[in-house]
Amino acid sequence: MEPIAIISIFVLAVFVGFEVVSKVSSTLHTPLMSGANAIHGVILVGAIIVADHSSTNLELGLAVAAIILATINMVGGFVVTDRMLEMFKPKKDGENK
Amino acid sequence: MSHFLYSLIGLAAGVCFILALKGLSKPKTARRGNIIGAIGATIATVVVFLYAQDGESLPLNNLGWILGAIAIGVVIGVPAARKVQMTQMPQLVALFNGVGGGAAALVAIVEYLHLGAKANTAEVIATVFTVIVGCVSFSGSIITFLKLQELMTTRPVVFPGGRFVIAGTLAATLGAAVWVVSALGTNPLLILAALALAFGILFVLPVGGADVPIVISLLNAFTGLTVAASGYVLDSTLLIIAGTLVGASGTILTRLMAEAMGRSLFGTLFGAFTAKPQEANGAAEDRPVRSGSPDDVAILLNYARRVVIVPGFGLAVAQAQHTVRELADLMLSKGIDVAYGIHPVAGRMPGHMNVLLAEANVPYDQLAEMEEVNPTFAQTDVAIVIGANDVVNPAAQTTPGCPIYGMPILEVSNAANIIFLKRSMRPGFAGIENELLYDPKTMLLFGDAKASLTKVVSALKNL
Repeated sequence: MEPIAIISIFVLAVFVGFEVVSKVSSTLHTPLMSGANAIHGVILVGAIIVADHSSTNLELGLAVAAIILATINMVGGFVVTDRMLEMFKPKKDGENK
Repeated sequence: MSHFLYSLIGLAAGVCFILALKGLSKPKTARRGNIIGAIGATIATVVVFLYAQDGESLPLNNLGWILGAIAIGVVIGVPAARKVQMTQMPQLVALFNGVGGGAAALVAIVEYLHLGAKANTAEVIATVFTVIVGCVSFSGSIITFLKLQELMTTRPVVFPGGRFVIAGTLAATLGAAVWVVSALGTNPLLILAALALAFGILFVLPVGGADVPIVISLLNAFTGLTVAASGYVLDSTLLIIAGTLVGASGTILTRLMAEAMGRSLFGTLFGAFTAKPQEANGAAEDRPVRSGSPDDVAILLNYARRVVIVPGFGLAVAQAQHTVRELADLMLSKGIDVAYGIHPVAGRMPGHMNVLLAEANVPYDQLAEMEEVNPTFAQTDVAIVIGANDVVNPAAQTTPGCPIYGMPILEVSNAANIIFLKRSMRPGFAGIENELLYDPKTMLLFGDAKASLTKVVSALKNL
């Protein structure tokens, strides 16, 4: 990929990242952190790619370890975030005042 | 599958992640946001299996190993996330973040071994960055886990010359990074990883227990950036987008959290080195305190017009959320005005207490945030502090140099009466003596929060 394309993607993603969370109440800090944490579990994709082209046992062993860790991060992260947010399900009259 | 289609689907997953973060920042849409994120991650994972990287053929090589490893990850991750007690959830998040950082570092190492001499300088630099930051995130998160789980001391760990050791380790890490970039080879990279792991440990050790959530959030942002750097090495737009999003939003979130706790990020990370020695801690211990019986507490409550309940982590540990709601309902039925004063960092993380009380079906409209409730303490007859300490400790306003100085607190000292439900005179998580316990208008009720509350409830019923 063209370096300029990569830099553009990076810079734009930084601004989107700043923008989407700029006004969040402290009530949601923990679930938001946990959700973001689950999203970086997508490194699983990278771990699968390197496992695919591993040519030695050392590479494959490390790649398999990476897949296990990344899966724990991603799957566990989304499940625990969902459990936290279950508590916020709207009651009779809904909303946080 | 063509490269175009593969990239397009990757982009769709990236959009899912943006929508997920957006949704997670509002209570109404938070749960849906998380589910959208999970869908994005699933799409991203499935599509890797359908696209042949670098012109190789499908199915992927080592497919059995890959699927087996994913299965193991699911078998470990899902039950851990399902079964964890809500009170222990912060350390689980720390652990998940740590393994993510570790995974990113491993991916970078494997790719480095694979590319060998074919790697260009930019790729090597990205690899070095991922290995350093991923390892710091991994070992740092393990330390935060140990602190939160109270498997090690929650106080800042400082040793003579500590700052020089840390600075030395950092310098050695950066030196090793230059070595890897210039010399290439496997050994320099492994030495670099070891140094970065050591630096991660040293970097988190001096952080005090109450500040740990800020560090978790910072390490979370770090892990995001490593994922973005791996995306560059692996030529994956999706990883660049996802990693950068987490890195950027995590940085903002870290700042917001630090603000909510009245801490500067710098103070959090390096406070232990600059803090003045603590005021005589032991001197206070022999002073008299006023302790009361559950009946005394019930009488005080019965004649109050307005009561504010200040819940802390001790309430959650004792699993007393339901009993406290029972007490609140009883008081409401007697025409007493009841509110819960929630400190932004009550519990172990910002928002943790809201989650715990929501679990006990406490209605939202009784939960008051700190800014709302502070001006009302002057009209409050009784403030009941249940298993909280640091969040009401006036030392945060009066004692410059103490670890929580500058943290906004719930000003319960303005209430006419204060009741502390505590297990013992032991200081809170931050390890600081609380002057309020010796205040003449304070009454202490010792014991397990749940047992004490149950007694208060039955005493109040009989009045």
